[in-house]
Amino acid sequence: MNPRLAQKIAFAVLLLATLLVVLPVLVILLIIVGKGASAISWDFLFSMPRDGMTAGGIFPAILGTLYLVIGAIIFAVPLGVLAAVYLVEYSSDNWLSRLVKLSIVNLAGVPSVVYGLFGLGIFVTFFGFGASILSGSLTLGIMILPVIITSSREALESVPRHFRTVSLSLGASRWQTIRHSVLPHALPGILTGMILGLGRAAGETAPILFTVAAFYLPRLPQSVFDQTMALPYHLYVISTQVPGIAENVRYGTALVLLSLVLLLNLAAILIRSRFRRKKKW
Amino acid sequence: MVDPAAKFSIRAFHVHYGQFSALRDLNLEILANEIFTIIGPANSGKTTFLHSLNRLIDLVPASRCRGEISLDGINIRHGLEIESLRRKVGIVFALPLPLPISIFENVVYGLRMQGIRDPRLLNEAVERSLRESYLWEEVKDRLRTPAMNLSGGQQQRLCMARILAGQPDVLLFDEPTSGLDPISTARIEETLLILKKKYTIILVTNNVAQAARVGDRTAFFLMGDMIEVSDTGKMFTTPADQRTSDYITGKFG
Repeated sequence: MNPRLAQKIAFAVLLLATLLVVLPVLVILLIIVGKGASAISWDFLFSMPRDGMTAGGIFPAILGTLYLVIGAIIFAVPLGVLAAVYLVEYSSDNWLSRLVKLSIVNLAGVPSVVYGLFGLGIFVTFFGFGASILSGSLTLGIMILPVIITSSREALESVPRHFRTVSLSLGASRWQTIRHSVLPHALPGILTGMILGLGRAAGETAPILFTVAAFYLPRLPQSVFDQTMALPYHLYVISTQVPGIAENVRYGTALVLLSLVLLLNLAAILIRSRFRRKKKW
Repeated sequence: MVDPAAKFSIRAFHVHYGQFSALRDLNLEILANEIFTIIGPANSGKTTFLHSLNRLIDLVPASRCRGEISLDGINIRHGLEIESLRRKVGIVFALPLPLPISIFENVVYGLRMQGIRDPRLLNEAVERSLRESYLWEEVKDRLRTPAMNLSGGQQQRLCMARILAGQPDVLLFDEPTSGLDPISTARIEETLLILKKKYTIILVTNNVAQAARVGDRTAFFLMGDMIEVSDTGKMFTTPADQRTSDYITGKFG
């Protein structure tokens, strides 16, 4: 075949594939915004549900999801980053570290409903936290750990090796080297992992199903040991379990969930770009 | 027999990387306030030797060292903490490797790691060490700007200032001018000749002429063996070994 023609065909196929990827995202967004925008109002966002969820707002679910995501991040980010630092900077390449790395990869592949069951067994029953924000956050935290660890490891490994050599050669200890010459430069990458984990934690339904989510709870949680409503579960309930919910309320809830994730991501991206501006090599 | 004037004395020193023997049975004395130059082709163990002197070699997981190196009569493996050894024995690498922080922070990095916070001390150290490396006049008005914005030659002098700030005893240079233009190279060489009044300098170089210009004594390394060591003038006029003569005259390299 004529190489010029071959190039044109290849280019067209690649472009088509790219457009096909964008298409579903756009369609989903269009449908959700189109059908849900009419439900969004001050009252919908900031008031309690009434009359078995057929009227009123979704404020407890919004707040609940926020609590859960923040809780999951608080548990998973320090733990994940510290583990990644250990794996990249300290552990030597032996069977134990290989086993740990393999487990992390496998952890990422575990279906989310299994995390839910695990959370039920460990946090709700065994530790006796009950169905609570604490149990839900811990379960979500464990679910996003592999994402955090993997992206933190990549971020740490992408810091040039010579930063460490130079720092050590100037008489810094290994920990000082990590603290001052490695971690600051890995921060943007670590934050990227946090953003990914955040989105996942906000959207998952199965892990919170058994561990925290309340079907209908028209009051705000008072402590971490309270149950709470959460957006993904709320969406599932009003779409399948309760008859007679207006369509725009269902899509409106989905729209709120999407916007919330987007907002959280935006905040994290802004923080990241602040760190990136300082990074230069 | 240990020479009392010796800064470093190296006794029966071997380095292996896994199965590969990188340095064999090295016996050498390096005297205070001399510029000791090391020449030899690639893979002859020159950098391995330098990295042994401040134990950067420990960073290579498969490396094993045998024999003894002492600094001022103190064994560097048993008598000295690794951090203080590295402060006493500073190194400038082949490529200029400033950290991606400001000029000021690069210079005080080692001091900060020692826990020195007093701004007066830090400012003094920055001015003193940048003057010693002849960079002060060029950068004194932009100490807070990123070190990465400097030219290659300036960066390399910044790397010198960075180790001078910690008031070391010995300066190791690993082909410090291999990435620099002739003018920057000349400036670094002039600086070395002045610095030797205060410091002991060990200079590894690919450039035989450079060794002849600045060296007091010179050693020739080949494939992990030290073939010959003598006064630089003598080595370049009447080398004792045929291989040294072949290398100096450019028959291989």
